[in-house]
Amino acid sequence: MTPIVEVTDLTVEFARSGDPVRAVEGLSFTLDEGRALALVGESGSGKSTVAGALLGLHRGTGARVGGTVRVGGIDVGTAEAGELRRLRGGVAAMVFQDPLSALDPYYAVGDQIAEVYRVHAGGSRRAARARAVEVLDRVGIPDAARRSRSRPHEFSGGMRQRALLAMALACEPRLIVADEPTTALDVTVQAQILDLLHELRRETGTALLLVTHDVGVAAESVDEVLVMQDGREVERGPVGGMLGAPAEPYTRRLLAAVPRLDGPVREPLQKGSPLLEVHDLRRVFGRGSRAVTAVEGASLTLHAGETLGVVGESGSGKTTLGRMLVRLLDPTGGRLLYGGREIGALPERELRPYRRELQMVFQDPVASLNPRRSVGESIADPLRVAGERDEARIRGRVRELLDRVGLHPDRYEAYPHEFSGGQRQRVGIARALAAEPRIVVCDEPVSALDVTTQAQVTALLAELQAELGLGLVFIAHDLAVVRQVSDRVAVMRAGRIVEQGTVAEVYGTPRDPYTRQLLAAVPSLDPVRATERRELRREGRQELAVA
Amino acid sequence: MTRFVLQRLAGAVLVLLALSVLVYSLFHLAPGDPARLACGERCNPQQIAQVREQLGLNDSMFVQYLHFLQGVFVGRDYSTGVSLVHCDAPCLGLSYQSDQQVTQLVLERLPATASLVVGALVVWLVVGVGTGLLSAFRRGGPTERILTLLTLAGSGTPVFILGLLLLMAVCAYLQWLPFPSYVPFGEDPEQWGWNLLLPWLTLGLFESAKYARLTRSATLETLAEDHIRTFRAYGVGERSVVTRHALRGAVPPVIAISAVDLGSMFGGAVLTESLFGIPGLGKTLIDGVKAIDLPVVVGVVMVTGTFVVLANVVADLLYAAADRRVVLT
Repeated sequence: MTPIVEVTDLTVEFARSGDPVRAVEGLSFTLDEGRALALVGESGSGKSTVAGALLGLHRGTGARVGGTVRVGGIDVGTAEAGELRRLRGGVAAMVFQDPLSALDPYYAVGDQIAEVYRVHAGGSRRAARARAVEVLDRVGIPDAARRSRSRPHEFSGGMRQRALLAMALACEPRLIVADEPTTALDVTVQAQILDLLHELRRETGTALLLVTHDVGVAAESVDEVLVMQDGREVERGPVGGMLGAPAEPYTRRLLAAVPRLDGPVREPLQKGSPLLEVHDLRRVFGRGSRAVTAVEGASLTLHAGETLGVVGESGSGKTTLGRMLVRLLDPTGGRLLYGGREIGALPERELRPYRRELQMVFQDPVASLNPRRSVGESIADPLRVAGERDEARIRGRVRELLDRVGLHPDRYEAYPHEFSGGQRQRVGIARALAAEPRIVVCDEPVSALDVTTQAQVTALLAELQAELGLGLVFIAHDLAVVRQVSDRVAVMRAGRIVEQGTVAEVYGTPRDPYTRQLLAAVPSLDPVRATERRELRREGRQELAVA
Repeated sequence: MTRFVLQRLAGAVLVLLALSVLVYSLFHLAPGDPARLACGERCNPQQIAQVREQLGLNDSMFVQYLHFLQGVFVGRDYSTGVSLVHCDAPCLGLSYQSDQQVTQLVLERLPATASLVVGALVVWLVVGVGTGLLSAFRRGGPTERILTLLTLAGSGTPVFILGLLLLMAVCAYLQWLPFPSYVPFGEDPEQWGWNLLLPWLTLGLFESAKYARLTRSATLETLAEDHIRTFRAYGVGERSVVTRHALRGAVPPVIAISAVDLGSMFGGAVLTESLFGIPGLGKTLIDGVKAIDLPVVVGVVMVTGTFVVLANVVADLLYAAADRRVVLT
């Protein structure tokens, strides 16, 4: 079999103000026609850089590329402009991450696909439009002829990702390079996209190079896995053997950090009286005909030392619920009892004493820290708000907190951009702890982090909880993470809690069909099992696909 | 959308009322006697007192303002000493100086200003957007540096200096054109165009510096976005990427700011109008201020204000049309 991709001794260096950063170092691999290879690694491992190099995207950017890359017989490094353009999209097509920003907001989706098609196949505008509708229909966009005239913002996240796949298919490439194609998607939509990709490849025989940080996604989709760390190859092999019995310690660590649906769960908890009781909580946004009910009839309790996981897909109302629990949002109706006292409708002035005890950790540690203030100052904010005036005591307390979350106390003066994602999340946790809260609501605290960092942060949360007796609400879309960290779980859909119970109940014997559907969509680390479950999903027998 | 427009128009009426109150108050505070100026130099005190009575200046400012409102909404009668003149709504009053109806005066002066401003709009869209696009396309090269220098010089040169330089060069030194004097479009379209050429260039070039920078930065900003990478990765040529995708991102801000500029220039092209002797609204305003001719000043300010407010509504509508992600509420 002839290889479609031959990478020999690839090195990519980015010039960063005199100090070059080597993103990829001495990487070699081949990919045969029709086969699928996953590049797996944490952020910064160089995997996306390799994907870009296959299409010569580093040419003309000032990056230094060494070694050779041949795709479909074309030497990407030396090919002339015309040949390079023929390669891009015609021979190898790229499917990008984050489908909202990967499409031009000003043009109709169908027109964008038609434009790309015309670059390679020529022909009339009309023929190109027809081809665009054809591929959109193929990737499962309903009413493709009409929807092809929609602009990207009128599509849902899943539909946009389908549209990007359609763009890739338009010119019948021999290789699809997919860079984190499902990272921004909900778990059920992710399963649909991966199933679609699988089906399309079976139909067209296109080779696939998949870049992902999610080992589960790789296990579902490829024949071979190449694990990368710091720009180098760590290990490479067939997916089954590699994920079942990794040879290298790094791969083993990576796999161990992946939360699993069959991993250990927390010990049952001795409960006292509830810290937080919620009855029929409700929140409506907007008024009149534009009113949207984001949360409806939510009831739950939270005890000291307990973690309540809240899972659901985007738009299910889990963030709205979480914000109401700490009164960042005012409930429209229902009761919110904290320590037996109704606080749902308390005016801000009377709420003040409770504010300190109800804290929140946000999803995006980049956006939730002020970039122009040192992290020490950010952590000190809640202390100052609480009325502390003694600068020496504030400093002492912040240093203590930094140390407590595993950061060096001397980094008080450092700014957010000097920290990695995981470190920034630690800063966010330190800030939430500064006021000595009793309840912390964590809204997707680890979804922006690599699996190993994710494991460290969840471990830190558990440790702090045990030490301080915190009541934690852990909001996430990742079912495996929630299972690992929670005592009890609430599943949300369309603003309602459809199922609530202990981890063993919800994951072991799910009662609601929606919970079963969610569980069936979680990627399995075992490729054999993944194939079986794909078949079951295809036949619509979700309940059997539950892991 | 209809609701949006109605809401904004209702808001516009309030803004204009507030504006008229402001102008009236300013006049009340300003020194000088409008009656003396209206009467002329050889008037004796009795004559001045008579004129003052006639102009209604003996009433309190509040009563004068109420009369003004009455004129705008239902029309009013004026006595000129010998006869009674009826002024239909919307009546902006009679000029102290000429006894002419201000509404009529404004309508007479409007075409000249409109001719100037619309022509200048064409110049700044063509020159400004073109320059901006070219410097975005040639980013980092010598072309861009030269263009940046020119736009900087352009925006740094006051409009009357630019106009004087053009006049001296084209009319005095090269003698390609006679010194311009305004000819209405209805009289002779060809002469209208030739005579307005220099004013158009003056105002248009002055403004185009701003649009060049706006276009360049908006285009470069779009070029750094992810969707541009998508089209490059699919083999779309650099020229298409810039002209079709990156420039498209610059269209909404250029449209919106052009609409607002156009609106404010209906009263604000004072310097260009004075320099080239174009009998437009700006010149009328300046003359009115010099003569403490309150009705004329209020009239021009109201009409200009109306244009500015309407232009803002139009800018919002155009922006929403150019960028469908925007929802008007």
